[in-house]
Amino acid sequence: MIRLEKRKEPSKFWRIANPFLAVALTMLAGAVMFAILGKDPIVAIRLIFFDPIFSETFGSYSRPQLLIKSAPLILIAVGLAIGFKANIWNIGAEGQYIIGALFGAGVALAFFPAPGWYIFPLMVVAGAFGGFLWAMIPAILKTRFNTNEILVSLLLVYVAEKILAAMALGLMRNPDIPGFPGSRDLRRYEAAHNAEIFANTGIHWGVVAALIAVIFAYAMMTRHMLGYHVRLAGQAPRAARFGGVSPARLVVICLGISGALAGLAGMFEVSGPGGQVRIEFASGYGFTAIIVAFLGRLNPIGIVLAGLLLGLTYIGGELSQMMLQLPSASIQVFQGMLLFFLLALDFQTNYRLRLTRGARA
Amino acid sequence: MMIGSINIAVLLAALMVAATPILLAAIGELVVEKAGVLNLGVEGMMIMGACVGFIIAVNTGSPLIGFMGAALGGMGLSLLFALLTQALMTNQVASGLALTLFGLGFSALLGQKYVGITPPRTPKLDLGPLSEIPFLGRALFSHDIMVYLTIALVAAVWWFLKYARAGMILRAVGENHDAAHALGYHVKRVRVLAIMFGGACAGLGGAYLSLIRVPQWTEGMTVGIGWIALALVVFASWRPWRAMAGAYLFGGVVVLQLNLQAAGVKIPVEYLSMSPYLITIAVLVFISSGKARGSLNAPGSLNRPFHASN
Repeated sequence: MIRLEKRKEPSKFWRIANPFLAVALTMLAGAVMFAILGKDPIVAIRLIFFDPIFSETFGSYSRPQLLIKSAPLILIAVGLAIGFKANIWNIGAEGQYIIGALFGAGVALAFFPAPGWYIFPLMVVAGAFGGFLWAMIPAILKTRFNTNEILVSLLLVYVAEKILAAMALGLMRNPDIPGFPGSRDLRRYEAAHNAEIFANTGIHWGVVAALIAVIFAYAMMTRHMLGYHVRLAGQAPRAARFGGVSPARLVVICLGISGALAGLAGMFEVSGPGGQVRIEFASGYGFTAIIVAFLGRLNPIGIVLAGLLLGLTYIGGELSQMMLQLPSASIQVFQGMLLFFLLALDFQTNYRLRLTRGARA
Repeated sequence: MMIGSINIAVLLAALMVAATPILLAAIGELVVEKAGVLNLGVEGMMIMGACVGFIIAVNTGSPLIGFMGAALGGMGLSLLFALLTQALMTNQVASGLALTLFGLGFSALLGQKYVGITPPRTPKLDLGPLSEIPFLGRALFSHDIMVYLTIALVAAVWWFLKYARAGMILRAVGENHDAAHALGYHVKRVRVLAIMFGGACAGLGGAYLSLIRVPQWTEGMTVGIGWIALALVVFASWRPWRAMAGAYLFGGVVVLQLNLQAAGVKIPVEYLSMSPYLITIAVLVFISSGKARGSLNAPGSLNRPFHASN
C-alpha cells in the first residue's frame, strides 16, 4: 500500500529543488509537444532557452531584450508575491499595468512638446499612482463590502483593456496622423523617453526600478515588522488577528504595493520599449508575472531568477516563431505547463509517500 | 412591441442566447463549489470547450457531436485540476489560475488553423405552433435546443441538490468534509465527480459561444465570461434558480449594450462594452455586503483541502 503522509515540516530541499525540476519537466513535455506539431524538438528547445543568449547570430539583438522583457515581469511579480504570501490574491496586475501606462503616458502627452527634466519623474509618480488607484478598487471593495478581490481585480482587467482602446482611439490619439489609432511615439519625445541608460544593454529605468523593488521587498519581508505580519497572516490568520494585525490594513497595503509596482512596469514599458499607447499594448506581463511569483517561491531573489527565465521564453518564443513558424500560443502553453508541473511537484514538499504493509488501518 | 428602434421580442430572444453560455458555466461551477471545491479555471475550461467543440463540429459537420466533444474537452482539462487539487493536494486558487492560463494557450495552439471558418449551423428547434404565438413565439420559442437543455439542466441540478440522495451527500461533503468522511462518504471521489461535471458544463458553455452565439473561433474568445460565471455563483448564493435569474439579467445587460451600440448612441463603443464587467462588480459588491449577505450561504468547506490522516 502506498500512502500519502503529511510532513511535520515542509521539506526545505524540495522547496528549492522543485522549480528546477519543473523547468526540466516542462522542457521535456514541451519537446513532446513540438514533436507532435511536427517540429524538431531539440532545435525548438534550444531556440527557446539557449539561442537568445548564446547564439552568435541573434545574440547581439536578443541579449538586451532579456532585461527588457524580464524587468516588468520581476517588478510585477515582486509585488504580487507579497500579497500571495498573506493569502491576498491580486490577479488583476494586467489591468493595473495598463492603467499605470495610461497615467504615465497621459502626463507625457499633456506636457508635449515642452522640454524639462521633471517630466519623466512626474510620469514615474503618475504611473505608480495609476496602478495604485486601480488596485485600490478591489482593496476597498474587499475591506468595506467583503467583495472577493480575485474576481474584482480580474474583471477590472477587461475594463482596463476597454479604457486602453478608448484612449488609443480617442483622447490620446496622435493628432498629427489622423485616421490611425495610437498615441504619439514617446520615444521621439526626449523629455518623456525611458531611454537605455547604457547603450545596447537593455538597461532602462524599469530595470533599475525592478532591482530596487527586489531589494526593498527582500528587506521588508525579512527585516521589517510589516513583512512579519504578512507572513503571519498567511500562515496563521487567527494568530495574526490576536497579535493585532489588522486584516483590512494588510489588504490595502498588499494590493496597493502590487498595484503601484504593476503601474510602474506599465509606465516604463509605454515610455520605452512599447513606445506608444496602442490597442495591443498589453502583452500579458500581468498574468505571466503570477507564474513568475510562484516559480520564484514568492521570494524576491527567486523571483529574479524566475523572471529572467520567463523573459527568456518570451524572446525564445519570438525566435521560434520566426525560425520554425511555431505558433505564438505555444509559449503560453509552455508557461502554463511550467506552473502545472511546479504545483504538482510541490506535493512532495508537504507530503511524503510511505510504503505500508497490509491493509489500511 | 417596439421601444425606439429596439424590438422587445427580438431583444428577449437575444437575451436568452447571450445568457446561455454563462449559465452553463455557472451551473457547473455551482455544483463544484457545493462540493467544497473552488475551481478558478472556468475560463480555461470554457475556452477549451469552445475550441474543441468548434474543431469537432467543423470536421464532422455536426454541431451535436461538436457539443459532446466540447463537454469532453472541458472535462479533460478539469481532470487535470482534479488530479492536482485532490490527489496532489495543491492550492486550489493557484491550480485554477494555472488551468486558465494553460487553457487559453492550449486552445490558441489547437485552433490556429480554424480561425475564420464558419461552423455548421445549429438548427432552431421546431416547436410547431408554439413559435407562431405572437411576441412570445419569437421571444421564447424560436431557439436552438441548447437553450432549452440548459434550462432543463438548471432544473435537474436544483432537484439533484435538494432531493436526490447523492445530491445530499455532495452537499455534506461541501459543508463539512470531516463529518462527511466520518460518516463513511468518499470525499475525494465525490469532489472529483463534481469537478468533472463542472468541466463538462464549462466546455458546453464555451462551445455555445463558438458554435452558436458568435459563431466563429478566435483566440481568447471567451473574454472573461468564465470569470463572470464565477461571480454569478456568488451572486446566486449557490442556488440554481438564482443563478439562472442572474444569467438572464446579465444577458439582458449584454444585449442592451449591444443594441445601444447598434442604435448609434453617442457613447463610445469601448465604454458601452465595459458595462457587463462593471455591472458584475456592482452586483458582487451588493450581494457580499450588508443585509443582502449572500456569501453567508457559502459551503462550509469551500476552498479547504481535504486530507484523511488515516
